[in-house]
Amino acid sequence: MALRFHLDGEIVELAEVDPTATLLDHLRYRMGRTGTKEGCAEGDCGACTVLLGELNSSGDGIDWRAVNACILFLPMLHGKALLTVESLAGGGALNPLQACMAGNGSSQCGFCTPGFVMSLHGRAIGARGHELPVEDVIAGNLCRCTGYGPILAAAQETGRLQQDDAARVAALRGLAGDETLAGSSGARRWFVPKTAAALAGLLAEHPEARIVAGATDVGLWVTKGLREIDTLVFIGDIAELRTIEETPAGLTVGAGVRYADAHAAFARLHPDLGELTRRIGGLQVRNSGTVGGNIANGSPIGDGPPALIALGATLTVRGPSWRRTLPLEDYFLAYGKQDRLPDEFVESVHVPRPGADDIVHISKLSRRFDSDISAVCGAFRLTVREDVIVAACIAFGGMAATPRRARACEQALTGRAFVRETIAAAAAALRGEFAPLSDVRGIADYRLEAAANLLWRLFYKAQGGAVSVLEVEGVRG
Amino acid sequence: MAEREPVRPATARPPQPHDSARLHVSGRARYCDDEPEPANLLHLAFGLGSAAHANIAAMDLAAVRTAPGVVAVFTAEDIPGANDVSPVAHDDLLLAEGAVTYVGQPLFIVAATSRNAARKAARLGRIDYEPLPAHLTIAQAQAAGSLLEPTQRMAQGDAAGALGAAPYRLSGSFAMGGQDHFYLEGQIAMARPGEDGQMHVLSSTQHPSEVQHLVAHMLGLPSADVTVEVRRMGGGFGGKETQAAFFAAAAALVASKTGRPAKFRCDRDDDMVMTGKRHDFEVSYEVGHDDAGRVLALRLLLSARCGATLDLSAGINDRAMFHADNCYFLRDVEILSERLRTNTVSNTAFRGFGGPQGMLAIERIMDHVALRLGLDPLDVRIANLYGPGRDVTPYGMTVADMIAGPLIARLRQDARYDARRAEVAAFNARNMVLKKGISLTPVKFGISFTTTHLNQAGALVHVYADGSIQLNHGGTEMGQGLYIKVAQVVADVFAVPVAAVRITATRTDKVPNTSATAASSGADLNAMAAHRAATMLRDRIAAFLARAYGCGEEDVRFAPEGVIVAETVLTFAQACRKAHLGRIGLSATGFYATPEIHYDRAAHKGQPFYYFAYGAAVSEVVIDTLTGEHKVLAVDILHDVGRSLNPAIDRGQIEGGFLQGQGWLTTEELVFDGEGHLLTHAPSTYKIPTASDRARHFEIALWDGDNVKPTINRSKAVGEPPLMLANSVFLALGQAVAATAPERREIPPLDAPATPEAILRAIAGHRAG
Repeated sequence: MALRFHLDGEIVELAEVDPTATLLDHLRYRMGRTGTKEGCAEGDCGACTVLLGELNSSGDGIDWRAVNACILFLPMLHGKALLTVESLAGGGALNPLQACMAGNGSSQCGFCTPGFVMSLHGRAIGARGHELPVEDVIAGNLCRCTGYGPILAAAQETGRLQQDDAARVAALRGLAGDETLAGSSGARRWFVPKTAAALAGLLAEHPEARIVAGATDVGLWVTKGLREIDTLVFIGDIAELRTIEETPAGLTVGAGVRYADAHAAFARLHPDLGELTRRIGGLQVRNSGTVGGNIANGSPIGDGPPALIALGATLTVRGPSWRRTLPLEDYFLAYGKQDRLPDEFVESVHVPRPGADDIVHISKLSRRFDSDISAVCGAFRLTVREDVIVAACIAFGGMAATPRRARACEQALTGRAFVRETIAAAAAALRGEFAPLSDVRGIADYRLEAAANLLWRLFYKAQGGAVSVLEVEGVRG
Repeated sequence: MAEREPVRPATARPPQPHDSARLHVSGRARYCDDEPEPANLLHLAFGLGSAAHANIAAMDLAAVRTAPGVVAVFTAEDIPGANDVSPVAHDDLLLAEGAVTYVGQPLFIVAATSRNAARKAARLGRIDYEPLPAHLTIAQAQAAGSLLEPTQRMAQGDAAGALGAAPYRLSGSFAMGGQDHFYLEGQIAMARPGEDGQMHVLSSTQHPSEVQHLVAHMLGLPSADVTVEVRRMGGGFGGKETQAAFFAAAAALVASKTGRPAKFRCDRDDDMVMTGKRHDFEVSYEVGHDDAGRVLALRLLLSARCGATLDLSAGINDRAMFHADNCYFLRDVEILSERLRTNTVSNTAFRGFGGPQGMLAIERIMDHVALRLGLDPLDVRIANLYGPGRDVTPYGMTVADMIAGPLIARLRQDARYDARRAEVAAFNARNMVLKKGISLTPVKFGISFTTTHLNQAGALVHVYADGSIQLNHGGTEMGQGLYIKVAQVVADVFAVPVAAVRITATRTDKVPNTSATAASSGADLNAMAAHRAATMLRDRIAAFLARAYGCGEEDVRFAPEGVIVAETVLTFAQACRKAHLGRIGLSATGFYATPEIHYDRAAHKGQPFYYFAYGAAVSEVVIDTLTGEHKVLAVDILHDVGRSLNPAIDRGQIEGGFLQGQGWLTTEELVFDGEGHLLTHAPSTYKIPTASDRARHFEIALWDGDNVKPTINRSKAVGEPPLMLANSVFLALGQAVAATAPERREIPPLDAPATPEAILRAIAGHRAG
């Protein structure tokens, strides 16, 4: 079977697909659809935003999501429907959103504009994340000219748009199937398995294969690192890995669950986890990047792991003939080294629901609130009974070569009264147990001081004080 | 001086969106990379140097040449003419010769059959460097006396004497970072060889004429053999004034050497590494003042990191000096400006062109004086404003159009500044962790290129026999709405709808010898030139019709309903057809040179500006004293655009300029390592504002008043001035930090950008004293 996707009423079929060819280059230089722009080629500016649709779980409609075409590899398109800016204006007529943007000064240089149009069109047709505030929907779209005001106004003025997806539903049903799709271009091979068993089998056969979920990280290896990867296994279409099990005990999140899909469940588990999720990348990144990928790649500055570690998460890893479950923090062995054999894959993560006595606090510190990478990400779970801290689980990102527990800090808290003196002692312990790097996101002193201050933030918050600038209104209001 | 008589006042005209808005939103606006690629196209990449300062002992490009897809590799030796892409001083080399003077300097050009092939091959060069001493920072360059030109001095009165006599004295210093332009469309050019050695270059440039001249000199061609074209840029902000020449010249060189079309679309990371940015500055000052906060004496040192070459640093640093007064009278003042040569990428034009740095310095001084005296900083500002008998700038120009006083007064009232300042103080008394700050700062920005000869423009207007009009001028469109403004002016001359005017791409073969679209001057210069061309044609048509109908020229009127000739009403098309049959030339060029301006750079005295544009903003912010995070909560702006040519476009410039200024002073941090490598070379690490960084409350009002000078429609330039309205954000942040230890009557040691790290450091410094 060839790689096929649906675009503007037609099935596009591609042969001899290079597994790391990007959708953006294909649109611009093979299909002549130059409305989609390249601003950065790393998923940070949103000028290349397109909408990708897949059959919903009941098979009678399309789930749309905005994604960055610049780091989307072509095999990830298989079986999907695609909308680009050219899809919207049939015969030169503008849709109501476009008309509003054209009339109200939403574009100046216009280069970022098609990306904004696609993000906001997604919002208008109910794409993933459409219920978020508009600022969040376009947090992954950068504009250098307008100051965003007219764009926000256009979004508010344009209501819901109806889009008839019946033909797309029919087309995608025709492309569905459980068979692994495989292709090659020269010496480079790729696979799109549809079941976890098929994935396990492929990895047993090709342990050298690079597993790709959303490509928000591996995409940059190609566009920026100019790396050549010979064998890729794309796991985004394995339904079993995309389930979220929500019980009173907690959440079990499949490794292929995208952050945007986990957002609501995470927010129900704890509001801070929801807020942290909101601040992981822009919406396009959360619409591609997965919870499992964020863990599996072992980044010391990934935001998911410290939060999930503090919440007591466990990780399930699957091999050709076995499954094992380990505390999440044990997965991270050293910088760039994780507890995963080449033929294993991360299958799911289980996050226990915090208890009634648990005080949970998660903070991400970065230069910019939205779509930035943490200088420090701190996550705290203190179990407090009768003003005594009976247990503490604290983890940090950005403070060491891996996401790491703050054991000394935990120890300084455990068994102590939840009072200023305890916090001061714990802050001192925290300063003693980390030796963070100075790098582009923050110098070591800042990281240490801010990390320790997060304990105070937690403390003052528990006292009912205002501790976040995001909660403050201007006097003008 | 011809002043336009509008057919209808601007306020009566229906809002006129950007001419390309419908194309923008539908993805049909074509940028350089969207043009269909010609057959045989070569794709280019630079091999970039990785040492800050070194002799090149050897350059082994064998692996580059044999890499897959590579067609040709060129070094400096392959350049037939001048190896020069500089605007002024002939010191910017297209390709390095024997040495590198900054990290990211182009060493060689790879031409390959695909973009990826070129980029991969470009990384295969093996360069042996012999390191030389490198000065990377302002401090290192100062210590080594490394200057690009002698330190400049602008002064009036007796600063030293007045300082000694002043009842109060204070001194201080702070630093402000640079800024990457982050135009969404990266640098790009495509060159196509024509017949008989000619060259056509499609370039994303603010300065097509300069690209034309540089390409001609590089190839040893007369300028007439090189045509440079730009329909639109995906953002410029000054970053494509001189920097575009690297890519255009490289493409033209390859096209000339191979006979094949060549396109250079630069990777974002390479673009950020190898192109210049806003100058970072360190500022130190000594101030004498009285008990009302009035400045009696000022000695100010502005030290700028200019990078490895001169580029436009002379003019940029001059403008920093020109704006170190902002709206304030400095009777006894000495401004020294150090232009430091460093082994970093050569800093360049960026919206405001040094003005923001100079202006932020004096605004910071106003806050310092106010904090020291325990006064409202706004009262100190007002006490220092230019006024009758106090109206001469440090460069000897009389400020004749001063409106900052009434403008501030109106904004103070409309934004409820005084009540809110009290509410901010109350908030700060209630809250331990979070602290607020509020600030009102004004802007006075001088309009004209300070290099006098640049203040000229040409336009070309064709009227076709069917009544359609084609417009061309030397200004370039980078999103600022220049094209639509000029088209409106032309349409109004003929009283036709704007849609009757076909706006065409800026091309050096239509209007020659143009200046860069820069210095906020685009509409002032080009609209006036186009107005003259259009008026000339209108007068020709009117004279002809008067003869044909036997009436006086004053009986011919161009009106929305048509051309009225005595009793007869012709459509504009009928009038044009008749004029053509009557053998009237229907094409004209117009030319404009700004009057009155002059400047003696040796003495730093004169009248460099035709007029000033004004504005003011109130910003309210909140900081987190535990983490250094901040949020801009509310912004109120009152800005002066004269009698606006297009209020919708002008508002867009104001809002966009403000947020760009806010980014410069808050989230946008350029980080270099100890070897001179830029670490923040991508949007993953370099953070321009996102939608949520825009204050929830954001009000813009336009000041109601004409330009006192007879500019086009009595409008004022708007491109750069609003960026400096964001100074209010930085000053408000300083006020919030000061509130962490209000008993200390001192300015907190806050540097820009005010990142969480900088704010936390400033809090610690302020508390420690």
